[in-house]
Amino acid sequence: MSNKNEYLRDEIIRISGVNPKKCMRCGKCSGTCPAYDEMEYHPHQFVYMVETGDIEPLLNSQSLYKCLSCFACVDRCPRGVEPAKVVEAVRLMAIRKQGANHMTANDVPEKLDDDMPQQAIVSAFRKYTK
Amino acid sequence: MQRIGVFVCWCGSNIAGTVDVHAVAEALKLEPGVVFSIDYQYMCSQAGQNIIKEAIAEHKLTGIVVCSCSPRMHEATFRKTAQAAGINPYMVEIANIREQCSWVHKEMPIGTEKAIILGKAAIAKVNLNAPLTPGESPVTKRALVIGGGIAGIQTALDIADAGFEVDIVEKKPTIGGKMAQIDKTFPTLDCAACILTPKMVDVAQNEKIRIFSYSEVTQVKGFVGNFDVTIKKNARYVKEDLCTGCGACVEKCPQKKVPNEFNLGMDNRRAIYIPFAQAVPKVATIDPNACNMLKNGKCGVCSKVCAAGAIDYTQKDEFIEEKYGAIVVATGFNPISMDKFDEFAYSQSKDVITSLEFERLTNAAGPTAGKLLRPSDGKHPHTIVFVQCVGSRCSSCAEKGKEYCSKICCMYTAKHAMLTRDKYPDTEVYVFYIDVRTPGKSFDEFQRRAVEEYGVHYIKGMVGKVAPEGDKLMVHASDMLANKQLHIEADLVVLAAAIEPDKSARPLATMLTASMDTNDFFTEAHPKLRPVESPTAGVFLSGACQGPKDIPETVSQASAAAAKVIGLLAKDKLTGNPCIAHSDEMMCNGCSSCERVCPYGAITYQDKEFRMPNRTTAIRRVASVNPAVCQGCGACTVACPSGAMDLRGFATKQIIAEVDAICK
Repeated sequence: MSNKNEYLRDEIIRISGVNPKKCMRCGKCSGTCPAYDEMEYHPHQFVYMVETGDIEPLLNSQSLYKCLSCFACVDRCPRGVEPAKVVEAVRLMAIRKQGANHMTANDVPEKLDDDMPQQAIVSAFRKYTK
Repeated sequence: MQRIGVFVCWCGSNIAGTVDVHAVAEALKLEPGVVFSIDYQYMCSQAGQNIIKEAIAEHKLTGIVVCSCSPRMHEATFRKTAQAAGINPYMVEIANIREQCSWVHKEMPIGTEKAIILGKAAIAKVNLNAPLTPGESPVTKRALVIGGGIAGIQTALDIADAGFEVDIVEKKPTIGGKMAQIDKTFPTLDCAACILTPKMVDVAQNEKIRIFSYSEVTQVKGFVGNFDVTIKKNARYVKEDLCTGCGACVEKCPQKKVPNEFNLGMDNRRAIYIPFAQAVPKVATIDPNACNMLKNGKCGVCSKVCAAGAIDYTQKDEFIEEKYGAIVVATGFNPISMDKFDEFAYSQSKDVITSLEFERLTNAAGPTAGKLLRPSDGKHPHTIVFVQCVGSRCSSCAEKGKEYCSKICCMYTAKHAMLTRDKYPDTEVYVFYIDVRTPGKSFDEFQRRAVEEYGVHYIKGMVGKVAPEGDKLMVHASDMLANKQLHIEADLVVLAAAIEPDKSARPLATMLTASMDTNDFFTEAHPKLRPVESPTAGVFLSGACQGPKDIPETVSQASAAAAKVIGLLAKDKLTGNPCIAHSDEMMCNGCSSCERVCPYGAITYQDKEFRMPNRTTAIRRVASVNPAVCQGCGACTVACPSGAMDLRGFATKQIIAEVDAICK
């Protein structure tokens, strides 16, 4: 597993508090999921892909937002794995990444024009260098 | 002062490779009490043993230390050698310089140093050893088997076959147990009743076997060879010796609406009943909770129709006291309750059933006379879904079901699926599995036959939800290999419920002071080498009370338990282990700490008269240890706050002397 995948896996495990190794691959979570047909990756795949560190595709998938958080999978999982918490953790990771995509100071110059007041330029640099 | 001989073994190169055996022998010569020391290639060989014998005679040794392998290997050998040479076998100590020294060290100086230290510890102990003589106790030559299922039946037959008397105590009105409820048996598909009922008849006809049916064990006292057991014979309101089992009373009984437990409540029985046609003993029983005569004195039909005059409404519970030399536990199993598995709609729909209910539905003596019909409307089901691992293999954190694999479900589900397809080829049969586990003779071939010859659809995945819709059951499940969610419209859903030990096992274990695991299965004395004995002497295990088992395995274990019982009962006297606890009555303060921690119930308290100063006497409460029951575990010696409890052969001062020798 690459360092990045390992990092992502550990991060998801940390956020969710779920140990994906407890999964015995019975598929009951996916058997019971009411949003199954809407999802590209299904609950059991979430658990398995987190275990193998294959998290990039999950982050980029719309499946994250199809999960209803109904917790049927959590209730019925015979191993107490709690797949919905994994989905939630990946969703949180995606959201936190979005939060980090604000401008940087380097992006400022190209947005400048002649009408921009000097004071606004200074405060923009002040804000985006932090 | 002892005269100690030290014998250092090379064990070929096993010890001599990393321990300088000669240096060890020389160093130990200087220890207090040692008058002779030697090293030799193989101490356990005949020549090695002769060296020991000769040294004992020549140097008038009173104790010996053998520095060799683990005492598990050859302690018994060297004890016999010592005894042959005329010294007490308990004057022998083994210093384990192989497993605990030469095998774990690579460098000679370190290994040698440690071997010397281990030798010194053993010498320090022998200096304080005293000769011990094991006690003897007589053996009552009769066995008790608790539980009359196939396990209990087989054990009883084998013990009786060896010529010993056996009593079976069964809490149901008949023996037969779960096997009597089963329709066919895997992997040969012979009918369960056809192979079980002849054995039940054998039991009934065997002069050596007595059956206490509708009875339970209420008290167990005593110890191996000498158990005193109280058996409660519940009142069945029918005189067993007079009843002929004709069934006239059953036919005429007006109370017809009592759920029939033999058919798992899928049909009704009368208030007076015989569980099934081949019941042993074939005697009617009145259910006191359903009988109008017993409840309000209005009826009495059965006593009028009984030609034998066997009905006795005034019968009382009877307590029987009996002595036994050995006790076999064969209390068996039950399927778990489906209460915590609402997702399968077991409580919502009559057409969601357990596998044991399915057995009754397909049995010729069952509620449908062997026709596979839906319990709700009596129609033929055309789509049947079997769900495996319901409540088995659940993690403890999921707080429902059992952590273990129930072992038998894969095979009986394959059997159900195969039989259904064989009898009703127009039925679609789906089996949802997580893993198919078929280790056993002809087991995997059997399951493959269900798939390849009978066309059962095996789907890797689990059912997530069963939703009743009209007269159908919508089954939502996943197909893990196709990565699909399936929606199957089923007529019947069969749940392979996990199995658990019978509820009577836990209180029984307390009575027997036999240990159990967290799942209430009885623990064996050794999981590999003593699988049919409980750690409590004289208590043996047979069948599913020890862990999930199918019939072939149960019968094997039942016969094995019988062999162990026969081995015990064949002895006239039992030689005990002399390394047991004893109480110094002058120091005992009567606190009961030891009694509470003793896992074998070996400690009792008694009031004893003691001489006090000035010719007075005083009565004090003191502990006493029953030497036949004590197993020498030492728990009491640790619990005793006043230091009154001590273990012979492992006295506190001997252990401290060993520690001192090591730390010196």
